[in-house]
Amino acid sequence: MINRELVVVGGGPAGMAAAISAYENGVRDILLLERDQYLGGILNQCIHTGFGLDYFDEVLTGPEYADRFIKKIRNIPEIEVSLRSFVVDLTEDKVLTYLKPGSVETIKAGALIMATGCRERTREMIHIPGTRPAGVFSAGLAQKFINIEGLLPGKKIVIVGSGDIGLIMARRFLLEGAEVEGIVEIKSESRGLIRNMVQCVEDFNIPVYFNHKISGIYGKDRVEKVDIVRVDKEFNKVAGTETRLDCDTVLISVGLIPENELIEMAGVEIDKKTNSPVSKEVNRTSIPGIFVCGNSFKVYDLVDTVSNESIKAGCMIAEYLGYKITCNEE
Amino acid sequence: MKKKLTCIECPAGCTLTAYIEDDKVVKLEGGKCPKGESYAISEVENPRRIFTSTVRAKGLSVKMIPVRTVAPIPKALIFQMMREIKKIVVTGPVEVGTVIIKDLLDTGTDLVSTRAVQ
Repeated sequence: MINRELVVVGGGPAGMAAAISAYENGVRDILLLERDQYLGGILNQCIHTGFGLDYFDEVLTGPEYADRFIKKIRNIPEIEVSLRSFVVDLTEDKVLTYLKPGSVETIKAGALIMATGCRERTREMIHIPGTRPAGVFSAGLAQKFINIEGLLPGKKIVIVGSGDIGLIMARRFLLEGAEVEGIVEIKSESRGLIRNMVQCVEDFNIPVYFNHKISGIYGKDRVEKVDIVRVDKEFNKVAGTETRLDCDTVLISVGLIPENELIEMAGVEIDKKTNSPVSKEVNRTSIPGIFVCGNSFKVYDLVDTVSNESIKAGCMIAEYLGYKITCNEE
Repeated sequence: MKKKLTCIECPAGCTLTAYIEDDKVVKLEGGKCPKGESYAISEVENPRRIFTSTVRAKGLSVKMIPVRTVAPIPKALIFQMMREIKKIVVTGPVEVGTVIIKDLLDTGTDLVSTRAVQ
């Protein structure tokens, strides 16, 4: 079995920042595994602006923000990047098995940084009754279809939940010529950033149904309509307040959860409610030498914060590997 | 006239109150930084946004190339911009910042690629 000093799983903003930081703190044998065909992670599909104001003091789009880190990584030969490499097994002894085109590899890591990001909560997790037609997408998946694949998933959209991705996709669908029938939010205010309510929703007069929930999705093969209903303070339906919206597509934008199946497999203690590793300190887990950073540690609002916390993770791992005596907590 | 505005320059989302006479801002309240104040004035007198979208790629490693305007452009032009960029197919490699359309719709700002694509 091949030994590697440090293995970083995930080539998004967290993994890239952590790998660079580990290098800068003295680690010289770093393997970065990324399952996609390119580095950058979800930033590649976040083509809107709003990134980097804190970290770079500039207004950047997602791909531009990622590009700065990608360029830096390419200039560090000690960081070996392995693309299309999908980790399928992890043990508490830090033995990883991953698939890449044409082979299955097993390696033992001296230390591990897991930067596996988060995933979207789904329709199933919010219990929407009705039939099960095609045309129900998570907002981020629709974002990938449009911005990466160049495909428009629908023409008449209803968005469930007012998370940032949902708000951003409302604008994106409109620009691409679709109609957005409305955003349905169970709470009395948006869950997303205020600036996204302004520039994605108010700019285009998209109706927002606050204190409403979706009470049914209907359609035979494809979504045809949804029912929405007003809710009271306990989120119970208020009888007689149903409204029907015709649509061919429903986007679900109801939050994100850390993706941590691999460390769970290795025996790291996971908080079942948040899906974050149980930890008293940022980036640490119950197994020494297995660190978690970025949205897989907890879901952050801003990528700038992810970068800063992941830089801290790179330092912590250098400390664990014996390169550095202390990491500055600031 | 009094108008409440929500600043979109940073994630804080501050609320500003603009006092407007003859379509000009004469007084601002609630501004916490210079960015907010210039945003409020622009929002009243000539609302602008940075425009972002994608253009098609052919023969390259990805199907779509993300693009942006270098500077904010008049909000009213956004849908016209979309029609304009639909005509584009990029066939050669681009870097971040490669100009895709120069002086887009006579706005004085360029449309540039935001991703390096080979």
